[in-house]
Amino acid sequence: MALALYIHWPFCLKKCPYCDFNSHVRAEVDTGIWEQALLADMAFEAEVTGRQQLGSIFFGGGTPSLMPPALVEKLIRRASELWDFAPDIEITLEANPSSVEAARFADLAVAGINRTSLGLQSLDDKALKFLGRLHDASEGIAALEVAQNHFDRVSFDLIYARPEQTMAQWQSELGTALAFGTGHLSLYQLTIEPGTRFATDFRQGKFQLPDEDLASDLYAMTRTRTRTAGLPAYEISNHARPGEESRHNLTYWHYGDYAGIGPGAHGRRGGVATQRHRKPENYLKAATDQGHGISEERTLPPPEQAAEALMMGLRLAEGIDAPALARRFGLREGSVVDQARADLCTKLGLIAREGDRLRVTGRGMVVLDSVLAEIAGPDLMDTP
Amino acid sequence: MTELGNIRNFSIIAHIDHGKSTLADRLIQFTGGLTEREMSAQVLDNMDIEKERGITIKAQTVRLNYTAKNGETYELNLMDTPGHVDFAYEVSRSLAACEGALLVVDAAQGVEAQTLANVYQSIEHDHEIVPVINKIDLPAAEPEQVKTEIEDIIGIDASEAVLASAKSGIGIEEILEQIVAKIPPPAGDRDAPLKAMLVDSWYDPYLGVVILVRVMDGAIKKGLNVKFMQGGTEHLIDRVGCFTPKRTDLPELGPGEIGFITAQIKEVEQAKVGDTITTVKNGATKALAGYKEVQPVVFCGLFPVDANDFDKLRESIGKLRLNDASFSFEMESSAALGFGFRCGFLGLLHLEIIQERLSREYDLDLITTAPSVVYRIDLAASRTDEAREIYLHNPADYPDQNRIKVIEEPWIKATIYTPDEYLGSILKLCQDRRGVQINLTYVGGRAQVTYELPLNEVVFDFYDRLKSISRGYASFDYEQIGLREGDLVKMSILVNNEPVDALSMIVHRGVAEERGRGMCERLKDLIPRHLFKIPIQAAIGGKVIARETISAMRKDVTAKCYGGDITRKKKLLEKQKKGKARMREYGNVSIPQEAFIAALRMGEE
Ligand SMILES: Nc1nc2c(ncn2[C@@H]2O[C@H](COP(=O)(O)OP(=O)(O)OP(=O)(O)O)[C@@H](O)[C@H]2O)c(=O)[nH]1
Ligand code: SF4
Ligand SMILES: [Mg+2]
Repeated sequence: MALALYIHWPFCLKKCPYCDFNSHVRAEVDTGIWEQALLADMAFEAEVTGRQQLGSIFFGGGTPSLMPPALVEKLIRRASELWDFAPDIEITLEANPSSVEAARFADLAVAGINRTSLGLQSLDDKALKFLGRLHDASEGIAALEVAQNHFDRVSFDLIYARPEQTMAQWQSELGTALAFGTGHLSLYQLTIEPGTRFATDFRQGKFQLPDEDLASDLYAMTRTRTRTAGLPAYEISNHARPGEESRHNLTYWHYGDYAGIGPGAHGRRGGVATQRHRKPENYLKAATDQGHGISEERTLPPPEQAAEALMMGLRLAEGIDAPALARRFGLREGSVVDQARADLCTKLGLIAREGDRLRVTGRGMVVLDSVLAEIAGPDLMDTP
Repeated sequence: MTELGNIRNFSIIAHIDHGKSTLADRLIQFTGGLTEREMSAQVLDNMDIEKERGITIKAQTVRLNYTAKNGETYELNLMDTPGHVDFAYEVSRSLAACEGALLVVDAAQGVEAQTLANVYQSIEHDHEIVPVINKIDLPAAEPEQVKTEIEDIIGIDASEAVLASAKSGIGIEEILEQIVAKIPPPAGDRDAPLKAMLVDSWYDPYLGVVILVRVMDGAIKKGLNVKFMQGGTEHLIDRVGCFTPKRTDLPELGPGEIGFITAQIKEVEQAKVGDTITTVKNGATKALAGYKEVQPVVFCGLFPVDANDFDKLRESIGKLRLNDASFSFEMESSAALGFGFRCGFLGLLHLEIIQERLSREYDLDLITTAPSVVYRIDLAASRTDEAREIYLHNPADYPDQNRIKVIEEPWIKATIYTPDEYLGSILKLCQDRRGVQINLTYVGGRAQVTYELPLNEVVFDFYDRLKSISRGYASFDYEQIGLREGDLVKMSILVNNEPVDALSMIVHRGVAEERGRGMCERLKDLIPRHLFKIPIQAAIGGKVIARETISAMRKDVTAKCYGGDITRKKKLLEKQKKGKARMREYGNVSIPQEAFIAALRMGEE
């Protein structure tokens, strides 16, 4: 499997109330210094991974569409010097669908970006306001059109299962979304993450979320609608026309190696987990002083790697090859998957087994966390 | 050693929460036992559980030095006692070591059940009783009425009762003066052979077993060889002292004094409460009367959640039992729960506290089975067994219904005091619990009712209900009155079609259905949703009398999970796994341990 490279740009114009990503609002960002830091951090990773084939680059954030295209270009060029680009390398950038940012799409495409993922979040003005977004629906749709003109592949995000959202409302919003004809869609149910403003509002009863039954029905309907439209769910929340899957994200889900640079970025390479300093200023200082931004590096024991691989792999519609996964980490299959529990889940129609493949069904996906807790093998959790 | 004439030994007794421990704080502070900075609220309640619940569980003894207005300095040995009925035995031990008692009565609540129970015990010991009306700072305080109550209900003179507020420090000196003036000094003969009562003993990690003694005759000092008359063992005293409340070493304890000794004893078993200590050489020949053995009345099974913890549980129960001789335990095994112990307690609070201490102090995860009482059963002969009598401690051992000729259950006589506005609901509660009314009298705005009740209806959650329907104003005391025949059956609870023996119980046929329904409803709320739907049933024999269904879980998924999230996501999975490990499995259903106790608490009826 080719290596994947993740680059985190931690800045946003405004913090969204549901967001628990490593994003920060700063009045001034000195791009020159950031360029130096990110380039150093990247060189450090290349030193560790060695020259390998690079299958994908992903600019995530934060809001990487706020990066000057010239900086994006420099980072891509440097990566091409440090690693061997696969002929079909996928280079994605997350973008906010504002008119200002749309104006940069042409330059970003020239810089080498060939795929974009737009944070549209909703096609409904009221919902966008609730979600604290700076754009409205028409601005978002306009930005989407610009993106479709400039990039080979375009995806966008929507957040559903919002307060007061009905089946009918979501069905029509989803219909509109599918009509834009992108090859990829990420559809996330709104979740309340600790430490966010929504967490406080929710606790104080300022809004309510759809109950478990409605949320589950919304999820089932989403799967059916996208499948009919030719973009089936290939992961819990990700839908693509076959062949249009995000190759970068597939690396995570296949538990392949990825290097992560920039504030708060995680990496997994050769059984070693890395994490960068989260706070931009600390990251800058570390990258400047020590030549890399790593705050924590840990070699994962094989059972822990297997647990991660299992967790990630079962998110995919294709599921896992259980014996192969066990072999990969030198474990018995029985210690990776609890067979009796897996049988129970099979009987309940939550997982399906075909030969060596074990996959979670549509009904199982919506309760995946519980399914995992059932079937994760007895030896996987003995990690600190 | 202090001259006998300058010693006063007294207990502080009251109904629960009337302010004993707070008053003890003030007395300690006033006499300079602790400085302002060293003081904390209810300083004598030193167990975590006591602090958290704001109640006293173990009696504590402190020595105060008080210089009275007459210029003399007195040694006051104060024993703070628990108010809750479950710990009444702690009170009785303390009383036996004293010559008097401070009877604390809450000025707003008046005389309550435990006030009476404790004061009568004190009177039996021929104590001088000093009434204190506490909490006079409260707006609802009615000291004059409380005085009348003390005189009318208890029958002691309250004309000189001290009006006090332990909270604001009112009346403290007056209390000390009355103690000196009214409570008689102890009697005792320094030259007679040593006779000391073993009042209490506990294990201290630094000192080993510490023994609280009340010296009757003679003196006890370091280096003395002593004999425990009942235990038959001999020990060398290596430390003598008292608590002020700080531990303070003393050269000796003379007649009439209360203090502690240590003697390199490793196990509290060897220092049985109620024993008499004398010297090895020229010792006393006749032991002191000792204490009445306390009888556990509520039984339940305690099982480790993790079967590997059985040895640890055995060891921990053993250790706890060392400091609390009032509960009993014997090994028990259950098909579903594995090995554990059948334990006997003085009441439900006692049960809860022991369970909490085991999990807190010994870090054990436990499953507690439904509390039950002891039944007497006459069995008819069967093909393999002759007719015989059995005592049933555990519903799991319930015999074949067809063989039961007679089944008898313990009854109690309960006395309840309540402001009369709650009387109606209380009578209904007693009636619902198969009670038989014996007596009903009014004193002022309060009513006293006496009921005979089956104990198994009381161990359930009678006390909680009583408190809630009376907003905490009703008080309750009881004594056992023997066995009576009853129409009793075993009710089993099935979760996902498997019987959960920890939840089975013996109930009266007349209330079985209602109990079963309540139980199923509560379990429905207590058992988390699973990946499949779970039927919950209550059954008598093969007949289902109530049922509920927990619907299957509909959604539980982390929507977003990219590379960075793995670590966090894995923590979640680990937490889920750990949570499951702490539960018990029945027919693939994980039941959280809290559910076992909580299921027994009846909701609103
Ligand atoms: N207002 C007021 N509150 C008081 C007074 N004395 C005690 N209290 C409060 O009454 C509650 C019970 O006090 P404790 O001293 O723990 O009562 P206790 O009698 O030792 O209770 P148990 O040991 O559990 O039987 C606490 O919240 C005290 O703060 C008083 O004089 N006035
Ligand atoms: S723009 Fe994206 S990263 Fe920034 S705060 Fe909003 S959701 Fe978070
Ligand atoms: Mg107290």
